[in-house]
Amino acid sequence: MWCVAVAAGSFRRYATYRVATVAGVFTNTVFGFIVAYAYLALWAERPHLGGYDRAQALTFVWIAQALLAASALMSGGGLDELQERIRTGDVAVDLYRPADLQLWWLAADLGRAALQLIGRGVVPLTVGALVFPLALPGDAATWGWFLLSVLLGVVVSFALRYLVALASFWLLDGSGLSLISGLACMFFSGMVLPLRVFPGGFGEVAQLLPWAAILQVPADVLVGARGGDGLVRGLVFQAAWGAALLALGRLAQSAATRKVVVQGG
Amino acid sequence: MARETSPRGGSSSGAGRIAQGVFAYGLIARMWVRSTLAYRASFVMMTVGNFAACALDFVAIMLMFSQIDALGGFSLPEVAFLYGTSGVALGLADLLLGSMDRLGRRVRDGTLDVLLLRPAPVFAQVAADRFALRRLGRITQALLVLGWSVSRLDVEWTVGRVLMVPLMVLCGTAIFGSVFTTGAAFQFWAQDAAEVQNSFTYGGNALLQYPPTVFAKDLVRGVTFLVPLAFVNWLPALRLLGREDPLGLPGWADFLGPEVAVLMCAGAALAWRRGLRAYRSTGS
Amino acid sequence: MRTETAGGGTVAGDGAAAEPLIEVDGVEKVFSVRRRAGRLRRVRQEVRAVDGLTFRVPRGEMVGYIGPNGAGKSTTVKMLTGILTPSGGRLRVAGIDPARERTRLARRIGVVFGQRTTLWWDLPLKDSYELVRRMYRVPDPVYRANLDRCVELLDLAPLLAVPVRQLSLGQRMRGDIAAALLHDPEVLYLDEPTIGLDVVSKAKVRQFLREVNAERGTTVLLTTHDLTDIEQLCRRVMVIDHGRLVHDGGLDALRAAGEGERTLVVDLERELPPLEVPGARTVRVEGPRQWLAFPAGRSAAPLVTAIAERYPLVDLSLREPDIEEVIARLYAGAHGPAPR
Repeated sequence: MWCVAVAAGSFRRYATYRVATVAGVFTNTVFGFIVAYAYLALWAERPHLGGYDRAQALTFVWIAQALLAASALMSGGGLDELQERIRTGDVAVDLYRPADLQLWWLAADLGRAALQLIGRGVVPLTVGALVFPLALPGDAATWGWFLLSVLLGVVVSFALRYLVALASFWLLDGSGLSLISGLACMFFSGMVLPLRVFPGGFGEVAQLLPWAAILQVPADVLVGARGGDGLVRGLVFQAAWGAALLALGRLAQSAATRKVVVQGG
Repeated sequence: MARETSPRGGSSSGAGRIAQGVFAYGLIARMWVRSTLAYRASFVMMTVGNFAACALDFVAIMLMFSQIDALGGFSLPEVAFLYGTSGVALGLADLLLGSMDRLGRRVRDGTLDVLLLRPAPVFAQVAADRFALRRLGRITQALLVLGWSVSRLDVEWTVGRVLMVPLMVLCGTAIFGSVFTTGAAFQFWAQDAAEVQNSFTYGGNALLQYPPTVFAKDLVRGVTFLVPLAFVNWLPALRLLGREDPLGLPGWADFLGPEVAVLMCAGAALAWRRGLRAYRSTGS
Repeated sequence: MRTETAGGGTVAGDGAAAEPLIEVDGVEKVFSVRRRAGRLRRVRQEVRAVDGLTFRVPRGEMVGYIGPNGAGKSTTVKMLTGILTPSGGRLRVAGIDPARERTRLARRIGVVFGQRTTLWWDLPLKDSYELVRRMYRVPDPVYRANLDRCVELLDLAPLLAVPVRQLSLGQRMRGDIAAALLHDPEVLYLDEPTIGLDVVSKAKVRQFLREVNAERGTTVLLTTHDLTDIEQLCRRVMVIDHGRLVHDGGLDALRAAGEGERTLVVDLERELPPLEVPGARTVRVEGPRQWLAFPAGRSAAPLVTAIAERYPLVDLSLREPDIEEVIARLYAGAHGPAPR
């Protein structure tokens, strides 16, 4: 099927950026160390902050670094290319193609995420596990659920970025919106601090927002902070946001198509 | 007629070249500012965004302190002091040299050659490339945090201590600037490695905003002796705050900031010259 | 100190028209390239991009510099402008060693890269010129005179206030050429100045270059793929291939050097087997029309007489050798079949 071909192509394309990948891994690892020590100090003061023990907190840090590129936690992710095509009007051609625009970009994004999960995720997590006592699960099932959760997280991340990219149909300059959405993702995904550590009601609200599905839920799945019922609810939460945002993306897409058609492409 | 436009004097002297470089930097930076002002709304948005991105960092620290009273034995105003000094220093270096990480791209697409055709030092031109006033966002945010912390700190502000703060920031700017430059010089050889320097600049900043007591001794040693970022704020700030330095260095080490800054600038200059020479002999 | 830096004798002898402005003596450029051999192994390999190049260009000359892609054209220009350091040989432009005194040289040369604008994308064209004025410290009267002349000859008046991003390719190229001339360069290097332009723009650019060369005596080195540029502008052509000069001389000599042949096209009364005429060979037959090739240096008259005597001739025409063909043959002849 063409979706697979697109994803594979995207995977291969990102595989060619070797030096950039090595440089990224290095940066992820450095940041991992810095944040890990900060968290160690924090959990030394409050041993069970947010319901995590020390090992779980450290694991959270390294998961965040491992998913940073794959789940596009701080911008990136290659959809700026779509944004650029919209800005220059080249997208009109894409809209007339038989392949659905959203599916096409979703496939490409999944291919990219798969490569970056391997290329930029494995090394930092391994380094973290070698240097710090991490709470990594020993059973394959948990790892399986984790990967599924990461996949759903990437879908949510994609759906959000796709909406932002499509906004360029209506905005003269989409860079401001990209910036804001990047910041929101960084903060509300748990990247700067696990959402469970956010105080009181603020923390509870933050955990209901779509960004929580990108990092907080997968990390919780892996460190075992979501046992039994919680696991299923987490995955459903992710799937629900993914479906809702993809549907919203479709609406935006058909509105955009109409706009392009009215303007004469 | 052509000779009228020839340079004043030999202009190969060091001071002459620096003057020439500063002059060219000013010219190019002004052009970029005017270019960005062609998209005013976007400029405002990006400046606010730059401010907000940094502010979120500090919000995270505040959120931590909503759960604790001290991190690594340091209070919130003390951490804010570290945050502010490092942030202003990085912000200034970022404002002045922040787009140097685009060098690799310029090498790849060949536009670096255009800079080599102008009668101005290439360093000045690369440094001024994409000069962006939106980076004032970071500086403003860090200054606000710094101001707040100074007002809250329990320090007796003698003249010497007051002067130490701007001196610290200036040395820090020079140190971070050297890192930006060295990183860019590295890209003459590895064009896709732009992100490595982020580890030392933005990563260094992330490190320096926490107290050194938080980190493993080896890490602290590394950023003291290997990549001497500790002189940006840790060592002088510990002295100001009346804290012990975790490595137990002699007291005078706290005042080595200027010397370290000069040394790092010299190293960066050397790296830059070697990089440029390598480029001019290989052209790729 | 001042007496030494001015480049002494060379510049002082301005008057002599034949004084070489560009001197290239046995210049070499060797790159060491790393090639992948197998999956992981990499081998170092030396590539001679420029291999013992020697030529001189006197002040005021307009020279075409051509050659296939990868022949060493742009490497030469990069060495002449001081971007690249030669690996060997001696190079002087206006008495200056480009690699050692890049910035000093920069004030005395102008460069136009056809595919790479030096203009400021988001700012009005005029602003880019202002930057040149300040960066090159062009004295006010000189700047004004040069700008006025460029604006007049290149029709830039309506474009000065327009942001560069809104200019067409041809307009931008004209803008770029003007920018390279505001500081009164003694040498102008043009790399593909007419690439992608429409016929009218091409003509305008060529006319302008001719006038600049005639009026100011600016020396021009022109790199191009469009041989019409060369035919219309340059009396002298240098052809480089595999880093070596394979031709340096006039266009006519180039035609001869390429063993150029003229072609006589004859129309006969009826279809005939290939004609047999001494001193020419029949290269093509198409119905009653036949093509006969003969050496470019020879006169066509005896040939025509010979044919008219023996065959039923209706009409004839003579074709000069096509320069592209000549160069193609030159390329092929210089080194046998091109590798790659």
